[in-house]
Amino acid sequence: MALKDVMIEARDLTKVYGLQRAVDRLSFEIREGEVVGFLGPNGAGKTTTMKILTCFISPSEGAATVAGFDVFEDPLEVRSVLGYLPQRAALYTEMGVVEYLQFIADLRAIPKDKQRAKIGEVVEVCGLKDELSKTIGQLSYGYRQRVGLAQALIHDPKILILDEPTADLDPNESAEVIEYIKRIGKTRTVMLSTHKLAEVKAACGRVLIINKGKIVADGAPDELASRSGRVRYVVGVDDREGLRTNGTARPAPGRDEVLDAVRAVVPGATAKLVEGGDKAHMVEVSHQGGADHRRDFFRMAVDRGWNLVELHREAVQLDEVFRQLTVGDEPRRSAAKASAKGKE
Amino acid sequence: MADNADKPDDESVNETEATEAKPEAPATETPTAKADEAKPAVEVKKADEKKATEKKADEKPSASRPKMAPGSIGSPIHNTFVIAKREFISYFASPLGYIVIGMFLLLVGFLMFYPFAFLVIGRASLQPLFNSIAWLMPLIAPAIAMRTFAEESRTGTLEMLITQPVRDWEVIVGKFLGAMGLLAICLVATLSYPLAVSRMGQLDAGPVWGGYLGLLLAGGAYVSFGVMVSSYTKDQITAFFGAFIISALLFLLNKALIFFGQAAPVLEYICPDYHYTLLSRGVIDLRNILYFVSVIFVTLLATARSLDSRRWS
Repeated sequence: MALKDVMIEARDLTKVYGLQRAVDRLSFEIREGEVVGFLGPNGAGKTTTMKILTCFISPSEGAATVAGFDVFEDPLEVRSVLGYLPQRAALYTEMGVVEYLQFIADLRAIPKDKQRAKIGEVVEVCGLKDELSKTIGQLSYGYRQRVGLAQALIHDPKILILDEPTADLDPNESAEVIEYIKRIGKTRTVMLSTHKLAEVKAACGRVLIINKGKIVADGAPDELASRSGRVRYVVGVDDREGLRTNGTARPAPGRDEVLDAVRAVVPGATAKLVEGGDKAHMVEVSHQGGADHRRDFFRMAVDRGWNLVELHREAVQLDEVFRQLTVGDEPRRSAAKASAKGKE
Repeated sequence: MADNADKPDDESVNETEATEAKPEAPATETPTAKADEAKPAVEVKKADEKKATEKKADEKPSASRPKMAPGSIGSPIHNTFVIAKREFISYFASPLGYIVIGMFLLLVGFLMFYPFAFLVIGRASLQPLFNSIAWLMPLIAPAIAMRTFAEESRTGTLEMLITQPVRDWEVIVGKFLGAMGLLAICLVATLSYPLAVSRMGQLDAGPVWGGYLGLLLAGGAYVSFGVMVSSYTKDQITAFFGAFIISALLFLLNKALIFFGQAAPVLEYICPDYHYTLLSRGVIDLRNILYFVSVIFVTLLATARSLDSRRWS
């Protein structure tokens, strides 16, 4: 145990299934109060890692502690401090919602006189109020997921491990759950796995990207997004007429003219014409570096007497970073180095 | 690394074999407050254990969180009971519970009146009843126990159950007891026969009690086979036939002794039906009870091994 506020610590976790290394010397720390998104393509080892942390399976090598308790030595304590929502939360379909929550409350050693209040609380929070008379088998997947979440929260755990909490939900339900995770994340440590990047950006203060059982990036979502350092502009110039001065329009530019002009503004950038502009020549410019060239594009248009109809700038999105990190090997290695450096 | 790989194995042995080494073992590395507190509470734990063995008579609990009184919320007995209750109730949420009871009563009725000639022997004897049930046990017990683990690992609910703060043996004993609950219901449903016979003539109470005790214990052994096989598969049908084959082979052992020559006495001793027959004569011999208790204990240990091996696969 390095620091007191380290809630989840994994050291060189390895899990071998047959010949496959599902998790390969994985090390990370999650501190108290962090909401960490555990991100990776399917089969990257997210679920395996979570199953190890919740003591459902044992790692082949390495060690892990949860709230200071070792997953080998004190599995019961680990499970007591955790709330865990497994992937596709499987529940006893023949049981009623309240009956099920009571069963979990009993196993969680919540005293009988407090159970009513606790169940009422999680039912309220997870939006299950109207479903109480049903058995779990009668619920939609979205609602089953909520029962799973309610089950994970019933003992007010300090640490929550949620394996793809929004996997089977419709967009509205996902948004609700994410909103809710943000809320509970203020007072708790949350580790959630997902492959929906928008959710990570919305809910998580930190992202761990994992690929082929290894951590390939670790940091705040924004920081990761800007790590690649690439900026993208889209410039659109009116293709029917130029600037109007004193009632007469100046001539509209040709496509190549626009492309050349744009290239002149940002030397060294890759620029290409893109289709689909609405009565405009559209050029996409991608370049490395922090300087903001939007003013330059505006000036370019004015100087040449063109109508600038579209202009925006964006940092390369997290999706793209994710793709870079999890597809192909070269960028992965360098990113792993970067994240290792970042940790020190 | 090698250290770490060894430790959990020891740990699991402690847990599954329910030895008493637990309070000393975990205090080695992690300086947690709980491990330290565990030592002075050893007395409490002993008391806990005694009660538990009285209650269940088939598993020695390790009771590694001994701070609470036995049976109080969060204690091993409480957890076991909660799991047993859920397991028992769930039989009646599906047709399985009703089918098992119905089939059982139907077959008992058929066997005792036809092959075992209940009315023909012309005495106030329940031997035909007990014989029928004894023959049915290797069939009914696997049917009761087949879903215990297989169904849960197929649907995935086992993960949810095992990641609650419960020990493996609590889950195993809980499921075993839940299944035994259904078996007990089946047996209770046959009480109408002794009641009816006792009206017709003088009924010797000894063999009746002995018979029911023997049936419950023999049934317990077959149920434990069912639980064990169920923990190795995701398919209930496989679990049923696996347990049925084991149960039926053991049941038939003492009926085929002439084929075994020298080994006959040993095989007779292994056969559950041999011990049941002794009990059903109305002489309650502790050795026979001990036989069944040990069979159940060992089988449930094997189940614990099977559950633990899932972690390492």
